[in-house]
Amino acid sequence: MDLNFTPEEEAFRAEVRSFLKDNLSEELATKVRNGEELGKADIEGWHATLQSRGWLAATWPVEYGGPGWNAVQRHIFDEECCMANAPRIVPFGLGMLGPVLIKFGTEKQKAEILPRILDGTDWWCQGYSEPGAGSDLASLKTRAVRDGDDYIINGQKTWTTLGQYADKIFCLVRTSTEGKRQEGISFVLVDIKTPGIEVRPIKLIEGGHEVNEVFFSDVRVPVSNLVGEENQGWTIAKFLLTHERTGIAGVGASTQALHELKALARKLKRRGKPLIEDPLFAARIAEAEIDLEALRMTNLRVLVDASGGAASNTIASMLKIKGTVIRQNLHDLTRRALGPAAAPFPMDALAGNLAVAPPEAAASAASYFNNRKLSIFGGSNEIQRNIIAKDIFGA
Amino acid sequence: MNFNQTDDRRMISDSLRRYLADQYPVEHRIKIAYDAPFHDPKKWGELAELGILGALVSEDQGGFGGEGFDIAVVFEEFGRTLCPEPMLGNLMGLRLYGAFGQSDKVEAIIAGTARTALAVFEPEAFTDISEITSAAAQSGDAWTVSGRKSLVYGGHAADTLLVAARTPAGKIGLFEVEAPAADIHGYAMIDGGGAAEVGLDNTPAKCLSEDAADAIDAALDAGRLALCAEAVGAMDVLKEMTKDYLMQRQQFGRPIATFQALQHRLVDLSIEIEQARSIVIHAAGALDTPGRALAVAKAKNLIGRAGKLVGEEAVQMHGGIGMTWEYAGSHYAKRLIMVDAQLGDTEDQLRRVMELMAA
Repeated sequence: MDLNFTPEEEAFRAEVRSFLKDNLSEELATKVRNGEELGKADIEGWHATLQSRGWLAATWPVEYGGPGWNAVQRHIFDEECCMANAPRIVPFGLGMLGPVLIKFGTEKQKAEILPRILDGTDWWCQGYSEPGAGSDLASLKTRAVRDGDDYIINGQKTWTTLGQYADKIFCLVRTSTEGKRQEGISFVLVDIKTPGIEVRPIKLIEGGHEVNEVFFSDVRVPVSNLVGEENQGWTIAKFLLTHERTGIAGVGASTQALHELKALARKLKRRGKPLIEDPLFAARIAEAEIDLEALRMTNLRVLVDASGGAASNTIASMLKIKGTVIRQNLHDLTRRALGPAAAPFPMDALAGNLAVAPPEAAASAASYFNNRKLSIFGGSNEIQRNIIAKDIFGA
Repeated sequence: MNFNQTDDRRMISDSLRRYLADQYPVEHRIKIAYDAPFHDPKKWGELAELGILGALVSEDQGGFGGEGFDIAVVFEEFGRTLCPEPMLGNLMGLRLYGAFGQSDKVEAIIAGTARTALAVFEPEAFTDISEITSAAAQSGDAWTVSGRKSLVYGGHAADTLLVAARTPAGKIGLFEVEAPAADIHGYAMIDGGGAAEVGLDNTPAKCLSEDAADAIDAALDAGRLALCAEAVGAMDVLKEMTKDYLMQRQQFGRPIATFQALQHRLVDLSIEIEQARSIVIHAAGALDTPGRALAVAKAKNLIGRAGKLVGEEAVQMHGGIGMTWEYAGSHYAKRLIMVDAQLGDTEDQLRRVMELMAA
């Protein structure tokens, strides 16, 4: 057993770190660190910076414009980006549609669409969940009916993350009501400016606008926008769910959150002493660090074992559950570190000269509430437990 | 032993529940609780007419209640509809005005014609009043106070502030400041309702007591009891909402309430809520006894843990819907989680229990 990164991996880490030092602006990193809502321009600008170095599409093979990294390199890259407070890469085009097209798309689709993802021409969003189809995704009802060379789509998608910025949406739609529910689903690409589409914002618990509802009424889409075969959509959706699941543990994000929490606990005073010297609170930070240490090692075991980072369903589900619980706990502790000063609405807290929390922590309650999503989206932690149970009990 | 409320208290709680359900439903609350002035001033007058404020003060101090159970029934109803009226600050203010014989003020607050708020805590003194650094200075008969007060609940909507400040003799005194004389910066809290940061700079003040530490502690404990009772009301409602959702939401061809994994989680919430209700009864019964501080600290600790569990689990069992602003359940969850941060959180209360046990 050798628990060290190889010299090549350490050299890679140094290369990433120095790139981030030279190319990530202090202003943008501060916004990320403070938990401020990033605008479209912030995200697109950061994507372009990474693309200029060829590092934007971390999971894509070299021939399509990716960096050709292995799973360990991707992990190192993610960790360094998180620690530097770089914006998260928006995954819908780069992490989701790209790999789908590379696996299932036609040559024409690949040639047309992939470069536009890389250069930022198209912002993609995801049309999976529906009001009646969440955990039970296969019950989705949005219909695509064939009419000559077009599909006509009617229905509604929901929880569409950053749909307000999107140019395009990839959707799971029902193309058949015969046979098993899973066998009548297709994967279709839709231009969000097509007549008949309406995107409506959903305001979240903490007040932010991050997700949307997308309504389709008689939306005409060329059949050539189908990815893979008609009624093959479920296979594609499952590929997406199992592909590149090792990032799911969020070890980088948690490491950064723990780092910030400790810095905050050194800075804030409680009973005349730094909060980190309060045994009750310090014990909770220490427990969080212990849990994260174990998760880091679990994650590395998976990275090194799994060829190309395609973890088994069970391991991916375990990483998702434990990773989200640890991240949520860290957000909870950051909020609690502030005590009652976490209560003001972040924008109110930062206004005026009587701010109650240091700026890097002013949004901590909002972040805590927003991140309750982690255990709900991408397959709720209950659904992940079903997947593991199926594996353990073989049913 | 008898766990029934007296007829008087049942009347208060019934009429308040009816009033809030009819006139102050949670939908109205969500509309007003996040924008200045973070409450509905018209409704404040109506609540005063119902006698709610009088119920918070004893008869010999000008009210008609004032016991722990009186406070608990009022705030439990507030919790059921997440009422954002600045009742907490006025409760604590009333207790202090009463304790120091300010009967005209007590009368005005009970009548709904004046509001007050308690300005005790500071940016680095959130739980223990012995740590406060705001200072009072005396020149002849005239007093001034200087310092910075944080998290003054209801401070944005008060006519007077009751300020805790250190006297030249080194004691904690209590001073009344007219709101327009202070630099008051009101804001919404993330779970709704308003609070204020207060700047005081040689601000003219009236001295109510030069040695008020014990009275302030007692008023804060009354406030903590109120928060605990409020949380129990909110928990009851959120649990019902969650149960209804589980029974109505269909996935995999059946209501998700039929999944045992979810049933057990709702059962666990129900157990914790009964524990929460019991510890509030215990604290309410001890409010006017020597066991007050320990009983209230136990209650606030347990409520902090139960509130977080109920809030987080309710959101999780609702799924995405529980994450939306539009759904009232998310506001209940926020309130239940943030109530812990007010007047000392679970760790602060645990520390208090440990100290009192060792004493």
